[in-house]
Amino acid sequence: MKILVTVKRVEDYESKIKVRPDNSWIVTEGVNYRANPFDEIAVEEALRLRDTNMPSEVVAVSIGSAAASTEIRSALAMGADRGILVKQDGFLDSDAVARILVKVVEKEKPDLILMGKQAVDFDDNVVGQLLAEYLGYGQATFASKHEPLESPEEKAKKPGLKLAADKKSMQVVREVDGGVETLDLPLPGLVTVDLRLNIPRYASLPNIMKAKKKPIEELSPSALGVDTAPKVKVVRVEAPPARAAGVKVPDVPTLVKKLHEEAKVV
Amino acid sequence: MATILLIAEQAHGQLKKATLSALTAAQQLAAKNGGQVHGVVIGAGAAKSAQELAAYVPNVYSVEGLDVALAETHGAAAAEVAKKISATDIVLAATAYGKDIAPRIAAKLGAGVASDILGVVSANQFKRAMWAGNAIATVEVTTPVKVITVRATEFAAAQKAASAGKAEPMTVTAPSAKTKFVAFNEVKSARPELTEASVVVSGGRGTKGDFKPIEALADVLNAAVGASRAVVDAGWQPNDLQVGQTGKVVAPKLYIAAGISGAIQHLAGMKGSKTIVAINKDAEAPIFQVADYGLVADLFKALPELTEEVKKLK
Ligand SMILES: Cc1cc2nc3c(=O)[nH]c(=O)nc-3n(C[C@H](O)[C@H](O)[C@H](O)COP(=O)(O)OP(=O)(O)OC[C@H]3O[C@@H](n4cnc5c(N)ncnc54)[C@H](O)[C@@H]3O)c2cc1C
Ligand SMILES: Nc1ncnc2c1ncn2[C@@H]1O[C@H](COP(=O)(O)O)[C@@H](O)[C@H]1O
Repeated sequence: MKILVTVKRVEDYESKIKVRPDNSWIVTEGVNYRANPFDEIAVEEALRLRDTNMPSEVVAVSIGSAAASTEIRSALAMGADRGILVKQDGFLDSDAVARILVKVVEKEKPDLILMGKQAVDFDDNVVGQLLAEYLGYGQATFASKHEPLESPEEKAKKPGLKLAADKKSMQVVREVDGGVETLDLPLPGLVTVDLRLNIPRYASLPNIMKAKKKPIEELSPSALGVDTAPKVKVVRVEAPPARAAGVKVPDVPTLVKKLHEEAKVV
Repeated sequence: MATILLIAEQAHGQLKKATLSALTAAQQLAAKNGGQVHGVVIGAGAAKSAQELAAYVPNVYSVEGLDVALAETHGAAAAEVAKKISATDIVLAATAYGKDIAPRIAAKLGAGVASDILGVVSANQFKRAMWAGNAIATVEVTTPVKVITVRATEFAAAQKAASAGKAEPMTVTAPSAKTKFVAFNEVKSARPELTEASVVVSGGRGTKGDFKPIEALADVLNAAVGASRAVVDAGWQPNDLQVGQTGKVVAPKLYIAAGISGAIQHLAGMKGSKTIVAINKDAEAPIFQVADYGLVADLFKALPELTEEVKKLK
């Protein structure tokens, strides 16, 4: 089976994010970049599915500047077979990304599309659902599994997404409000992953070396015939309101007194 | 003329509180674009919930028959209703359901999506958090039809209207779903719902998985229990108790964090709380930077003591 997995280059969550004085964007100088953490979970799942359903292929696609090839290389170093970079500098909204991915899907015809539930830069949580609708596919968002991340199943690196014996559908466990839902998703289909699906592997040094030789195909939105004019644009970026500094209390009775008399919340 | 369509969410025939917050956002939008708010409820029990919603909204439609809330069918039905009433703005709460279907509606209507908004700036500009709440962006939706999901904690629940509106059934043609529902494992709890509770007691890795002291305090405060990602990843508490950037956003009047270090991703889900209490044995833990009251202590000693002191007050 062929699995297409998306990888977005995002600001590293370990980097301090500050707003620019002119409120146009965040300060990018001195910020580190990495693959969106949810996308690493998607790559890991794709590799587990591939390795338990040979012959299969995992194709990692990113849309962004030339620098995004770094994140494709990380996916290749984890074990993905080849990469696609749709090169476009500057801001792209979710809808443009989804419409570019439609073209990539038409070209690659994957059986399964695996994506993160959200990119931790814009925190949108929309591209997967947009893409599924544009393709007329069923979707299973927020994919998880019943077994916790410290279970033997996870240690054995078993896929959390359960492919049916006829390989025509898969069972997906989803994290929703108030519980956990299980869906049967026909293939081709689209899954967005949540945090509890797996623990992504680290790339080993030999695999990082091997990844350097794996092919990355370059495409462009214009060659794919996609108009990237945004439907949603960012007009201003501000720092969040700061919380006033609080106090340390010496003991529990003082805490309760403050909560009762000062804050009046108990 | 602007027409705003609120897609309501219900469980067991009752409207979700988040829907009433989304309604407030819809009403604020109406004040900016001069539009009128309509509501729709889709799924099993829709007619009953539509009656409930009509107490707040003049025109409410119910679409029965789509018992399982699959994004394909509910998204398609919502888009059909939007077309029938020529809606210009589609508003939903940014719950799991809202996030699942909103983009599908947008794709059907050629609309831009402003997701998880914190505020309505103008008829086409909205505030939203980005980079784990490290930045607040104003985004502009440039399409004639807009889809907006609303962060419920940022909008008070709407009040009932002076006179009740009317609810009527609507029939729409939705394609049958490719995806099939298999099961729902509900996490039942006698405690208040995390996102709706006025007090939340959350535990982190510092609990080492023992939530008894957290639960005992939650019970005397009539509080919901929350957790950090570390706790949920370890399987100590159910997934839907995770508070944070990639979990639930809460803003209770009192949030008590015990054994939680205060990573930015956790803060993104609770720093809108009115009063924050942090209990952590590490005086340098970042959680103290957002806490109104910080107590440097072992939670296994402090929480039982706190529970007893609160009992004395009652
Ligand atoms: C993509 C991504 C998304 C994420 N999303 C979220 C999210 O939505 N929500 C979230 O919470 N996290 C999220 N995280 C994880 C986050 O970065 C932190 O790893 C996590 O919040 C840490 O949980 P913790 O504070 O319980 O554990 P730790 O950071 O390990 O902190 C435990 C704390 O307990 C204290 N402690 C230990 N024993 C005791 C005791 N006996 N009494 C008192 N204090 C004690 C310690 O001093 C320490 O401060 C995300 C991370 C990533 C990469
Ligand atoms: N520029 C991009 N390149 C590749 N994948 C992307 C891009 N933007 C979004 N995605 C994918 O879409 C998912 C959801 O992103 P979002 O809807 O923007 O929060 C991410 O986890 C990625 O898998």
